[in-house]
Amino acid sequence: MINYIIRRILYAIPIAFGVSVVCFSLVYLAPGDPLQTILPSDASAETIALVKAAYGFDKPLPIQFLKWLGHVLTGDFGESIATRRPVILEVSGALYNTATLTTFAIPISFTMGYVMGAIAGCFPGRVLDRVITGTAVFGVSLPNYWFGIVLVIIFAVQLMALPATGMGGSGSADFNVFRWADARFLILPVITLSMVPIGVIARTTRAAVAEVLNQDFTITLRAKGLSEFAIVRHVLKNALPQVLAVMGLQFGYLMGGSILVETVFTWPGSGFLLSKAIINRDIPVLQGTILLLSLIFVTINLVVDLLQSVIDPRIRRN
Amino acid sequence: MNMLSPMPPPPVQDPRDRGGPAQPLMIARDLKKHFPVKSGPKGAVVRAVDGVSFTLFKGETLGIVGESGCGKSTLARLLLHLIEPDGGEIVFDGDPVAAPRGITVNALRRQVQMVFQDSYSSLNPRMPVRDSVAFGPYVHGKSRAVAREVAREMLLKVGLNPDLFGPRYPHELSGGQKQRVNIARALVIEPRMVILDEAVSALDKSVEAQVLNLLRALKAGFNLTYLFISHDLNVVRYISDRVLVMYLGSVVELGPVERIFTRPLHPYTVALLGSRPSMDPAHRIEEPPITGDPPSPINPPSGCRFRTRCPFAEAVCAARAPVLGDWLDRESHVAACHIHDPESGHSRAHGVS
Amino acid sequence: MSPTIITAPPSSHFEEQVAPALMVRGYWGNVLFRLRHDRVTVFFGFILLLIILAAIFAPLIAPFDPYKESVIGRLKPFGWRSHPLGTDELGRDLLTRLIYGGRISLLMGVVPVCIATLVGGTLGVIGGFGGKRVNTVIMRTMDVFYAFPSVLLAVAISGAMGGGIANGMIALSMVFTPAMCRIAETATTQIKNLDFVEAARATGAGTFTILRFHILGNVLGPVFIYASSLVSVGILLASGLSFLGLGVKPPTADWGLMLSTLRQSIYINPEICALPGVAIFITSISFNLVSDGIRAAMDVRM
Repeated sequence: MINYIIRRILYAIPIAFGVSVVCFSLVYLAPGDPLQTILPSDASAETIALVKAAYGFDKPLPIQFLKWLGHVLTGDFGESIATRRPVILEVSGALYNTATLTTFAIPISFTMGYVMGAIAGCFPGRVLDRVITGTAVFGVSLPNYWFGIVLVIIFAVQLMALPATGMGGSGSADFNVFRWADARFLILPVITLSMVPIGVIARTTRAAVAEVLNQDFTITLRAKGLSEFAIVRHVLKNALPQVLAVMGLQFGYLMGGSILVETVFTWPGSGFLLSKAIINRDIPVLQGTILLLSLIFVTINLVVDLLQSVIDPRIRRN
Repeated sequence: MNMLSPMPPPPVQDPRDRGGPAQPLMIARDLKKHFPVKSGPKGAVVRAVDGVSFTLFKGETLGIVGESGCGKSTLARLLLHLIEPDGGEIVFDGDPVAAPRGITVNALRRQVQMVFQDSYSSLNPRMPVRDSVAFGPYVHGKSRAVAREVAREMLLKVGLNPDLFGPRYPHELSGGQKQRVNIARALVIEPRMVILDEAVSALDKSVEAQVLNLLRALKAGFNLTYLFISHDLNVVRYISDRVLVMYLGSVVELGPVERIFTRPLHPYTVALLGSRPSMDPAHRIEEPPITGDPPSPINPPSGCRFRTRCPFAEAVCAARAPVLGDWLDRESHVAACHIHDPESGHSRAHGVS
Repeated sequence: MSPTIITAPPSSHFEEQVAPALMVRGYWGNVLFRLRHDRVTVFFGFILLLIILAAIFAPLIAPFDPYKESVIGRLKPFGWRSHPLGTDELGRDLLTRLIYGGRISLLMGVVPVCIATLVGGTLGVIGGFGGKRVNTVIMRTMDVFYAFPSVLLAVAISGAMGGGIANGMIALSMVFTPAMCRIAETATTQIKNLDFVEAARATGAGTFTILRFHILGNVLGPVFIYASSLVSVGILLASGLSFLGLGVKPPTADWGLMLSTLRQSIYINPEICALPGVAIFITSISFNLVSDGIRAAMDVRM
């Protein structure tokens, strides 16, 4: 067990390294000289040379990468081109706001998805199963940015019951989820964000439960005279590892996918920051946000893997 | 059951027969395969096959028996170089295989074929069985049309109507039908030797008998030599001319089939035969049947490998590994056991042979 | 050598004499048969066909010029002056723009899946069939890309590259390739350990022949099923990129971009603003349901 945990953690290190290589090379994907994204277009040749040396662009790529990595490890992600503030400050503030959204979206979508999927899986072919399966397909096919707009049209434009965008008058600085005036702003984005994961998790859970129900051991359980309730408990426990894996991926989806939802609701989170960075061609912010989000995702997947191995000892062997 | 003549007529000289009738078709000398162990101490290996030697004479059926995990299937794959041996040599009809001045592995595979046990995974699920059979001739340079025609004839010979079964997919066939297809696929490239790895073990008893009879008939008709691997002693006795008994990766006994079954030499063979339910209470073997599991092939016992389960084990058994006698001779009945070596120092060494 | 032809014992002894109960259709015949009898799949397949045909023959069926603006006819409701679905914020006919928009959206959703299937599938088969070292290099590289949330990776790559259709398609291809590669690798590793591959090697077949006749046919199924399920995601992601301004440039019609520009007008004429999203949604759910149907039809016991 300990061995597995150590191996799994060690394995995450090269992945994290690879992720940082990809993020580093994003700058070089940009058309033309990477400096163009930093310098004003009318910079003189002298300035260009100066900045080049200052940023280390005159050095060979591996050296540049190592320097960059060194800065990143100390929390120095550079400076935003748009605001001139350190990227780390911009990103950490935005991440906090995104976390506020996900803190609500995750419990809602994971429980609803799991419960719906479990019910559908236990009664395959019945009306309830069809209704849930249909809803789940609806969820996974939903362009959530559009769904957000529809919700805004209904609840903000037509009914005027909930605010359309933003985090409220006080802004993000003293946003308090326990104050109704602020919490109202959360409702629509959280619902929008939850739809797709509910669909995906419900589908996965349904498939996993149906598969476990088909295995011989459920027949054994029934033959032993266990109540249906006890059997369902066994089945759900056996279906859990597979569902957990998908939940981990959905966690990443909620962070990455929030870019569209946050843009719709102008929610000042990491996704909105990213979307602004793209419009402004603010490569340092783009790079920093993506690196941080991906590293969080790598960590979450690591945790999910370890959780899975706690639940299902078969995973540890490989 | 309509039996064909038990003894094949004197075979017609095969132009591929280079060594003449006296030359064994295959000689395996000291074959070894050690698989590295993934989880465990570094350098640890599973001694799946550890120094196996035998001869296979032209036209005979050599049965190989042993418990599951004794290395029978690994041995089969080594003989075809489907896995590379770690040591030892294979001589096919006088030519060393994959050695300088010998024949290549590919040349060997044109003359030796294999029938696998698992009829589920031994046929390509996405191919009509007709194409599975035609694949061999196609690989060997025949045109698609010719290969199909050859396959057709071959299906007929294994008792399957090619029009009815040829276009079917494996999941549309019964176990016995699939095994017939497997046999057709092996025979279609006209091999001289066929390795049957538990070829009938997964079949129902009635189907098994049909397939065994088919194998006998085909052997006579195609002038084949069989290496018949099975854990079913009755089947081996029925089909084999000689028998080789394996235990934990090595040969413990080798000899003509009736000698082995009536006067086994090695305590392991005795135990193995004893574990077989007898139909006749008068012929019950009194020796204790074998108990427990075989030791780990990662860390086999010193000396004789069977000593941990042998009722006659003595100090000498742990000290020295017994040697198999003259395994090159067709008639000899030999066992790797100190009891049968007068000079071993074992207390029972002068007893009955 | 011509061995004496022997005939097997009279066939009445065989269990094979049972007449074949099932009609021999072959694998793909069976799949088609099941698909045709699956009403949901047929229905949504039909809708998809309409959408695709409309996109292909857009100039022939669209009632108006997609770029013809009108100052007086902006954001008009359904049915206004023979505009069945009204007009957009520049007075252009919305139905026409939706028909034309399908071209880019479908292209950006489908092409990356095809590229990823080809590239990822090839890499996966190589990784699965090749040696341990090849496998490690390929699969660990894929793991790195897999470590990004998909939307994020798509946005990052196309954002860094400066947007546009081509860059968007490159980005989406890179998002789908690792997943495709994993599917192909898993399938290949499973297949190559089966006895029939060993039997093929035992007949003396070379690596390439085995790949062609025995591996590809068996890997294609799972790869195809997975690819078909990716198309829906592709449509959603592609429109999402356009929605963020990373797709086509403004005058061109595209569902994601239309949604993004019309969004400014939700207070004026909300039902018009939601329309491009309806198009995305219908396309995506149709692809999803057809893919589900294909998966069910191809899941034959073997």
